[in-house]
Amino acid sequence: MAKRILLIEDEPNIVEALSFILSRDGFTVHIHEDGETALGRITAGAPDMIILDAMLPGRSGFDILRDLRADSATRDLPVMMLTARGQAKDRQMAEDLGVDHFMTKPFANEEVLAQVHALIGS
Amino acid sequence: MDRIGERIRARRMDVGLSQRDLAEAVGVSPSYLNLIEHGKRAAGGSLVRKLALAMQLDVQLLSAREDEALVERVRTAAARLSEIATETARTEAFVSRYPGFARLVAEQAARIEALDTRLRMLSDRITYDPELARALHGVISSVTAIQSAAGILTSDDSLDADWQARFHRNIHDDARRLAETSRALIAYLDVPHDADRGLMTPLEARSAALARTGFHRAHLETGGSRRSGAPVDQAEDPLLARHDAQYAKDAAALPLDTFRRTADRLDYDPLRLSAELGAPLARIMRRLASLPSRPGTPDHGLMVIDGAGAVTLAKPVEGFNPSQGRGCSMWPIFGALGQPGRAATGTVVLPGETARHFAVHALAEAAPHPGGAHLAPLIQATMLLRAVPGDAGPLAIPAGLDCRICQRSTCAARREPSTVTPPRRQDL
Repeated sequence: MAKRILLIEDEPNIVEALSFILSRDGFTVHIHEDGETALGRITAGAPDMIILDAMLPGRSGFDILRDLRADSATRDLPVMMLTARGQAKDRQMAEDLGVDHFMTKPFANEEVLAQVHALIGS
Repeated sequence: MDRIGERIRARRMDVGLSQRDLAEAVGVSPSYLNLIEHGKRAAGGSLVRKLALAMQLDVQLLSAREDEALVERVRTAAARLSEIATETARTEAFVSRYPGFARLVAEQAARIEALDTRLRMLSDRITYDPELARALHGVISSVTAIQSAAGILTSDDSLDADWQARFHRNIHDDARRLAETSRALIAYLDVPHDADRGLMTPLEARSAALARTGFHRAHLETGGSRRSGAPVDQAEDPLLARHDAQYAKDAAALPLDTFRRTADRLDYDPLRLSAELGAPLARIMRRLASLPSRPGTPDHGLMVIDGAGAVTLAKPVEGFNPSQGRGCSMWPIFGALGQPGRAATGTVVLPGETARHFAVHALAEAAPHPGGAHLAPLIQATMLLRAVPGDAGPLAIPAGLDCRICQRSTCAARREPSTVTPPRRQDL
């Protein structure tokens, strides 16, 4: 059965490109665009991993990550964060919160794929 | 050390006279002249005239009070680069002997400070300017989408025509969005400003704008239009607009003529004025500091700080410029912060041989935070000061302007060692 990835990102063209490359590699991609309702979607969908944008409407990716790590059901869920803010303190915050991988935009498609494979296999 | 002694000595050396020659020329003993030059004896008017004559110098130049502010500024400049061992004990001699170079040192230090501030503001801007952060986020998002779509198009030969068309369209849309964001970003960053203004923080710019009219805003006194007296750029400065709104309220509550007459009668005593006019003390202090300059009206300095102790308004008065240096916690305004509503008064004495005395009134006002009682109240403290004749006795409050140029080596409130006098062990 194909691994399921929940992509939480609000830029439609980034969503489209990422969905395309991930689907092409055999993953099932679900999309969510809103920060505020993201947590409910994660709980309901039980994905194998999450690709999480840091700046989302409603609620930041950092806050969502904090909640995920506080809940025993999602504590070990692999999370890759995407952010346009590559400052050291953002990276540090994401790592402190327990992110599995922190990727700075703009990224190369191959990097994203390599990390996804590293986190959840094929 | 007396400034005039320094000047006599400097001038004597400039014209190549020995102490003995000059003493002989003016009819005093060389040892007496030596005492005068080192500030241990005062020189009377007739002696000063003779000395000036003997050294072919305008008596005005010799007896004129040295620009003490310049001495302070040079000291501050030296303190800023304290790793360079400057001869700070000889600052007055340097200023009297090379006034041009002294001004250059002071001016360059002020410019460096302004540039440092500007640099801090610009580097902070990327982090804290929400407009800029939004624009940059837009640029990064567009670039990310373009790079990702272009990567798909170039790496996948088997891509069907529909997908190809879709990614081409996305790239086109993102490129257009990127162009728009870039144009907006350039327009936002390319705000013209004149050089001086650009080097100031907004608070400094407001103080400078107010200083041009001695902090008096004539156009706000008689119900005049807010813009009539002020150039448009000033009127559009939000900080200045806030100040002017307060000023207009103060002026309406305490009209100039009545206020000045009452102030004359009550010897410009803020507490008595407040009681007689039934006006809040802070308002009285602001009104006193904005009286138009004329003979008989004392020159008042004013300082306003917020709850964090940051200076939000500073009207300098000779000998005291709160916007220079890093401040001194001995001033009553900082004590007033701890007890809002109660006026702190006293006489403050500055360090050094000039030992300037200031009569000081300070008051903090606290307003509840509109966000709720769990938030710290909004505090603003106002301090009014005016020069008074010295010796206030042992109860005078020993304060300074900046630890680094302060000679009070044993001050318990000292924050950092002084560069003016060798610090003693207990200061470190």
